[in-house]
Amino acid sequence: MLLLPCISGRALAAISQLAAWAGDLVVADGLLASRDVLQGDGVPEQAHRVLEASKMGELLEALKRKGYEVIGPTVRDGAIVYDKVESAKDLPAGWTDEQGPGRYRLKRRDDGTLFGYAVGPQSWKKYLHTADVRLWSAERQGVTFRILNNEAQPRHPLAFVGVRACELAAIAVQDRVLLDDKYRDPIYEGRRAGAFTIAVQCTQSAATCFCASMGTGPWVQSADLVLTELVGSKGGHRFVAWARSNRGAEVFAELPTAPATEQDSKEADAAVAAAAGEQVRSIDTAGIKELLYQNFEHPRWGNVAGRCLTCANCTMVCPTCFCTTVEDVSDVTGDHAERWRRWDSCFTQSFSYIHGGSVRTSTQSRYRQWMTHKLASWIDQFGSSGCVGCGRCITWCPVGIDITEEVAAIREGGKNGNP
Amino acid sequence: MMIMATAITTDPMLPQPYSVREVAKETPDTFTLRLDPENAVNRSMFQPGEFSMLWLFGVGELPISISGDPSLHDRLVYTVRSVGQATHSLVNRGVGDGVGVRGPFGAGWPLEAARGRDVIVVAGGIGLAPLRPLIYQVLQNRKDYGRLVILYGGRSPRDLLYRKELATWARNRETQVLVTVDYGGLSWRGHVGVVTTLFKYSRLQPTRSVAMVCGPEIMMRFVTRELETQGLSRDDIYLSMERNMKCAVGFCGHCQYGPHFICKDGPVFRYEQIRNLLEKYEL
Repeated sequence: MLLLPCISGRALAAISQLAAWAGDLVVADGLLASRDVLQGDGVPEQAHRVLEASKMGELLEALKRKGYEVIGPTVRDGAIVYDKVESAKDLPAGWTDEQGPGRYRLKRRDDGTLFGYAVGPQSWKKYLHTADVRLWSAERQGVTFRILNNEAQPRHPLAFVGVRACELAAIAVQDRVLLDDKYRDPIYEGRRAGAFTIAVQCTQSAATCFCASMGTGPWVQSADLVLTELVGSKGGHRFVAWARSNRGAEVFAELPTAPATEQDSKEADAAVAAAAGEQVRSIDTAGIKELLYQNFEHPRWGNVAGRCLTCANCTMVCPTCFCTTVEDVSDVTGDHAERWRRWDSCFTQSFSYIHGGSVRTSTQSRYRQWMTHKLASWIDQFGSSGCVGCGRCITWCPVGIDITEEVAAIREGGKNGNP
Repeated sequence: MMIMATAITTDPMLPQPYSVREVAKETPDTFTLRLDPENAVNRSMFQPGEFSMLWLFGVGELPISISGDPSLHDRLVYTVRSVGQATHSLVNRGVGDGVGVRGPFGAGWPLEAARGRDVIVVAGGIGLAPLRPLIYQVLQNRKDYGRLVILYGGRSPRDLLYRKELATWARNRETQVLVTVDYGGLSWRGHVGVVTTLFKYSRLQPTRSVAMVCGPEIMMRFVTRELETQGLSRDDIYLSMERNMKCAVGFCGHCQYGPHFICKDGPVFRYEQIRNLLEKYEL
């Protein structure tokens, strides 16, 4: 069927692609269970166990046996992206990423680690708050119409492998936006409900990471399973792992694990501490809401506007950015219409359009809206910062604008806004 | 599997089927539409100041304030100015044509706060439309409120909305209706000037008054300043704001106004809440 855009929303170059979900809704676990896990309620921390790295495939198999579709990191197009993983062979064994402002490169590493990188361009919102989703379709019936509800839901509940601490924090942020407010988004709710999370704690940071300063990582507070990958020590290539939910414990029980020694646990903690220690960027969050509210007029906004291309990349890669637009399409007969929801960005001029013109026409006003929302008004709206310190907006900005540097410049209060 | 919309009531994104019952021309570019629900009666409950999302098959969706009488539950009434493709298509619907309705959404005018007090309505242009349900409410429960003062400014005499009703309202007890236009023309014998020039005729008692304001943002900035000058407290002034809206339920992010979402925290705000934002350009 040929679909023509009608009130055409701009098709943004979304970095993630919509996986072709279709079919009936299957929710294996209640939403409550998924969220409790994320918030760390309920099940006390289980004893640490050791899973040999060579047995990672068995973890994936166990998840599949329980009916999950397993999504994890894999190498494609010169980046580590999230996609369906069939076996441990699909994981990015022996790869790492090198990141900087406006720079991302994959590099080989010789130790065969499976999760030896920081974060790629995509986040789990690719699966939970998808880039494109059909809200409903409608058929013309004479002068009126009939609405057909056929929202897309995954066929199977999803299991996410390799979730980072910052990403768990980001999912919790989107939960507060899409589930905890006045209204609930049923599409997000359906996808979120069954999601099983296997966190892998970072043992190295990219140069763009600043989760430690945002209080979101690199230690994982909670997930269904928490893994820490160790390599190159006496114990060999292995994961120190523990379950943090009942369903996590059930999956764990099917795996060939051995009790962790005190040495294993110490090594794992030291590895995560090392990742925290090597972070070179940070945001001083003290009084940040007041700082940005009070600096609506600051020369730095003009300065950043001189560099910003308003390309919207930062909002596409941000794991918490939730803005969307709707697009109505109809076929050539005019008898069939569909309404799609697509990611949108406050960096576009059309975003703030009302009759008579856009509210935010200047680049300066749009960058200011994004950063002030992310770090300040988000706190008023949803009770937490909208930034989790993953650093993606720094890496994927084509001109390397660095949010940590912009905050510091505003805090410094310079008159001319020059760095 | 496909399910009829009527089976699902929880999804705020699904429009409910209504059909056009009546289209009345108010001004050369503004029309009032009455929509009746296709499925059920007694479902069109709303509070003055709330809005709906109106969806037109194959065209798109737009946020429109409800301008009808809140005591009539069998219909929804909207006053729409044709300014673009979607509004043009909406006002050109014929009787019987289907329109999808989502809502009502938002927080409306604070009727409780107005109880027992004088109510000052200040409207600019199409801004009278979201205030009309409030006026109906006050007039229908006349003894619950003090004086009703309506200050209304339009571009020209032919751009004034609800002209017959304005005259009817003025005949009510303790009700004053003052109208002004920017350009009068030869046959206009009324007042000419911006809406704030009407205050000197309004005999306000500021300490016992509540003001409800809707109009272009620049007009509201001057009106709030004038109301403060008249002696009204910032807590007794309410404004209805407008921004781009796609979802109306706080998910799409478009209508953010500083820390507020116009769709679910507003559109009506207490002046004190947004005073600092009103002054900010390109917020």
